[in-house]
Amino acid sequence: MTDLTSLGVKDIRDGVAKGDFTAREVAESFNAAVAEAAALNAFIVTTPDHALAAADKVDAARAAGEQLGTMAGVPIGMKDLFATHGVQTTAASHILEGFTPRYESTVSQKLWDAGAGMLGKLNLDQFAMGSSNETSYFGNVTSPWKKAGSNAAMSPGGSSGGSSAAVAARIAPAATGTDTGGSIRQPAAFTGICGIKPTYGRCSRWGIVAFASSLDQAGPMARSVEDCAIMLGAMAGFDPKDATSLQMDVPDWEAALNSDLRGKKVGIPREYRMEGTDQAILDSWEQGKAWLKDAGAEIVDVSLPHTKYALPAYYIVAPAEASSNLARYDGVRYGLRDLPDGVGLQDMYAATRAAGFGDEVKRRILIGTYVLSAGFYDAYYTQAQKVRALVARDFERAFEQCDVILAPTTPTASFPLGSMNEDPLTMYLNDVFAVPASLAGLPAMSVPATINADGLPLGLQLVGRPFDEQGVLNAGLAIQQRAGFTAKPEKWW
Amino acid sequence: MSNYRIQGATGEWEVVIGLEVHAQVTSASKLFSGAATAFGAEPNSQVSLVDAAMPGMLPVPNRECIRQAVRTGMAIEAQINAWSRFDRKNYFYADLPQGYQISQLYHPLVGEGSLLIEADEKAGIPEDKVIGIERIHVEQDAGKLMHDQHPTMSYVDLNRSGVALMEIVSKPDMRSPAEAGAYLRKLRAILRYVGSCDGNMEEGSMRADVNVSVRKVGEPFGTRTETKNVNSVRFVMQAIEHEAMRQVDVLEAGGKVDQETRLFDPGTGTTRTMRSKEDAHDYRYFPDPDLLPLVLEEDFLAECRASLPELPDAKRKRYVEVLGLTSYNARELTAEVETFARFETLLAETAKVIGKDEPAVATQVANWSLSVAPGVIKALGDEGDAANATAAAQASILAMQDKGEISGGQAKEIFEIVLKTGRDPSEIAEAEGLKQVSDTGAIEAAVDAIIAANADKVEQYRAGKEALFGFFVGQTMKAMQGKANPQLVNQLLKGKLG
Repeated sequence: MTDLTSLGVKDIRDGVAKGDFTAREVAESFNAAVAEAAALNAFIVTTPDHALAAADKVDAARAAGEQLGTMAGVPIGMKDLFATHGVQTTAASHILEGFTPRYESTVSQKLWDAGAGMLGKLNLDQFAMGSSNETSYFGNVTSPWKKAGSNAAMSPGGSSGGSSAAVAARIAPAATGTDTGGSIRQPAAFTGICGIKPTYGRCSRWGIVAFASSLDQAGPMARSVEDCAIMLGAMAGFDPKDATSLQMDVPDWEAALNSDLRGKKVGIPREYRMEGTDQAILDSWEQGKAWLKDAGAEIVDVSLPHTKYALPAYYIVAPAEASSNLARYDGVRYGLRDLPDGVGLQDMYAATRAAGFGDEVKRRILIGTYVLSAGFYDAYYTQAQKVRALVARDFERAFEQCDVILAPTTPTASFPLGSMNEDPLTMYLNDVFAVPASLAGLPAMSVPATINADGLPLGLQLVGRPFDEQGVLNAGLAIQQRAGFTAKPEKWW
Repeated sequence: MSNYRIQGATGEWEVVIGLEVHAQVTSASKLFSGAATAFGAEPNSQVSLVDAAMPGMLPVPNRECIRQAVRTGMAIEAQINAWSRFDRKNYFYADLPQGYQISQLYHPLVGEGSLLIEADEKAGIPEDKVIGIERIHVEQDAGKLMHDQHPTMSYVDLNRSGVALMEIVSKPDMRSPAEAGAYLRKLRAILRYVGSCDGNMEEGSMRADVNVSVRKVGEPFGTRTETKNVNSVRFVMQAIEHEAMRQVDVLEAGGKVDQETRLFDPGTGTTRTMRSKEDAHDYRYFPDPDLLPLVLEEDFLAECRASLPELPDAKRKRYVEVLGLTSYNARELTAEVETFARFETLLAETAKVIGKDEPAVATQVANWSLSVAPGVIKALGDEGDAANATAAAQASILAMQDKGEISGGQAKEIFEIVLKTGRDPSEIAEAEGLKQVSDTGAIEAAVDAIIAANADKVEQYRAGKEALFGFFVGQTMKAMQGKANPQLVNQLLKGKLG
């Protein structure tokens, strides 16, 4: 029998439906793989019983001849930013350690309704703040990939680093991610998997621990474009509980997948040719152009003139929102409370938040508080919002000339854990290609392109018009078919 | 022009007042969550996940709260902003679960409007005055700390957390405590007419932040202080009075007024410092990224406008001009929703029973409603049951009076019995003999007898001692046991005495 853990979403779903294997067998295989992979530290908690219960339900439904959901029998990893009923939800923070919600996030509920089960809660950068998965209170996640000739622990990217590591290591066929400024795409690129951030508003934010509300979007991470299309279909949809949710029908992205790009124009943004970008990345970008051309697309040059201001604007807007969103973690109602003897309310806040938040979270709260302060608001926040509008306008104009934009996902491949901690700014630069699409709220995807000389995966990014996830997925599929990316990390854990 | 002045050692001072009124929107659920809003529920029994700011919870605007604020704006003839936005006001406090209040700083729902306060000589308001209203915005209320539940800890009740408030900000247009009182009463009446706030100050549904400064007449505005959360009209007036005097004392002693937030102590009627400008929070306002701008459609606005009732000013005008009431009666009857509602019901019923149009009976009904009926009810106290005072019963009494079947005194007596027993007024009049005699023959016989028995007085009267007329009336009424129709008695006596 096939090793079930080598299968992706589509193959598992179809295999269960056909009766090639049971959902329980799948869940058991992945539960076992998860149990063996503690060295990756991809999960904060594992929930094998959840996966089994969901699988049994699917098997029973199949036996009863009922119609199965689009994710039926697929056990997935759930980023620990999604509130899960009865299962600890921490955002990888100390301040929420032990917090067990009595509610289920809309996105996770939709996945369970579609027949998926949960292998566990995946590690991440604390409150989704980080690009290397080194800010988690529960320890770094280690990538399953190794640099050729080195045994150094590599970064799986961040913030959805538990998700990327788990999917790349085949201990989960797919996982949820969230993307605020690249947190799905960058880890996907680092680990040789696919990940799509849909248009802002496609997936409900209800029940997802908020980082930066105007940017946060959930999306799937899996090993193929088809799997992403299937899973995104299960996650997306209007939610009256989220005022920013898009009131639009969810297309059947899976059914409409089509890698024939004849008549399509692919834009190459000249401003993305930045200093500090690895030559191998630039080469893979060239290769990507050739692949899309081969798929029938016309390649056109486009300009996104405000690109260089995007990252600075992002690092004002996102921390500003975060500083306010994280104010609720105050020790009063839930989570950590540090109440030294005989002190008052203000001291309790200070002690609780000092103990409960990690350095990167504190850094961003400080930045956010500063840029919103009287006297600085206009110079920073207002200005950043103007830049954001200009970045969005750049894309609008570019999409008058093309249907989808091709760019690298990251300026470099993965790096060893601990190697980028000297200066937080160098870490922030890792998201330089990812952030503009986030600011504009556009659908964007990373697909694996190739392996560099160090044996590490490189990803290519596709950015589409608002609501055109299909265009992004189709171009992604065209690359996937031509890249023939089959590399996988050798098991060392 | 208000002539309210504070006499200081250095001359006269004028008081400048602006009010920020927080009015709780009448709505079954909170501004951004589905939780209930009833007053007096068990602590923390009306708290949704959103109100408790659980991780990942999101606000969704409640259409009814927005609708009520828009209707309120329309009632003060304010500009309604079809595009507005919510902002976060960030600060830490245990009664504020989110760590921010969702409010509207930059783009409020309602822009400039105004409200008329009426001349009231007695209260020191010599003429009608228009008070400008700067804006109305909607925002969340906070929870409540309870300090009396535990020796060393405070408890938090989040029932109010997230309840919708309208903040109605006046311009600094008031110049005396009386004007401020009149403004508050008028605003409260408008809110209650519109139905957007129950105006219940005791339960905290309406409270005011009072901004006060003083200046010598003709000089620019002085530095103001803000006295927070004053919860009755009387207290607002007291707070202004005290605060204005205090500022005058400070200034005349050569000091300067600090721009600060103060608290009112209802026990002493004084204000004291709560926090100074240096301690003022930096609220770090910014647009709430969980919420899209609020865009009001034409249909929505049209419905809001169409659903507005007749408002106090229009009603008062109609009572005077159409119903012919005195302006005093019109003002009294329109001051409270319950008062005009009872009046209008009784007016319609009475007009129907008597068979005349409303203006023809309005004055009679107004007098009955404002003085006669309340007098009887009050005198009776617990002995009466106000539920018996139906419009039908009262209209029936008024109709008998209108036809001359009963006197004013009998009307009161009948009403008293109605209140006590709920019996039918005409049945009471019959059974208790509470009817006046309008039988000319009977009265004539009594008059004849009295004239015959008092020939000397008749002589004197006819000789010019007209004051004796009252004597004859009294004697006749006495002979008739008080039940004779006084108009007929007068008429017959005049005829027979010549």
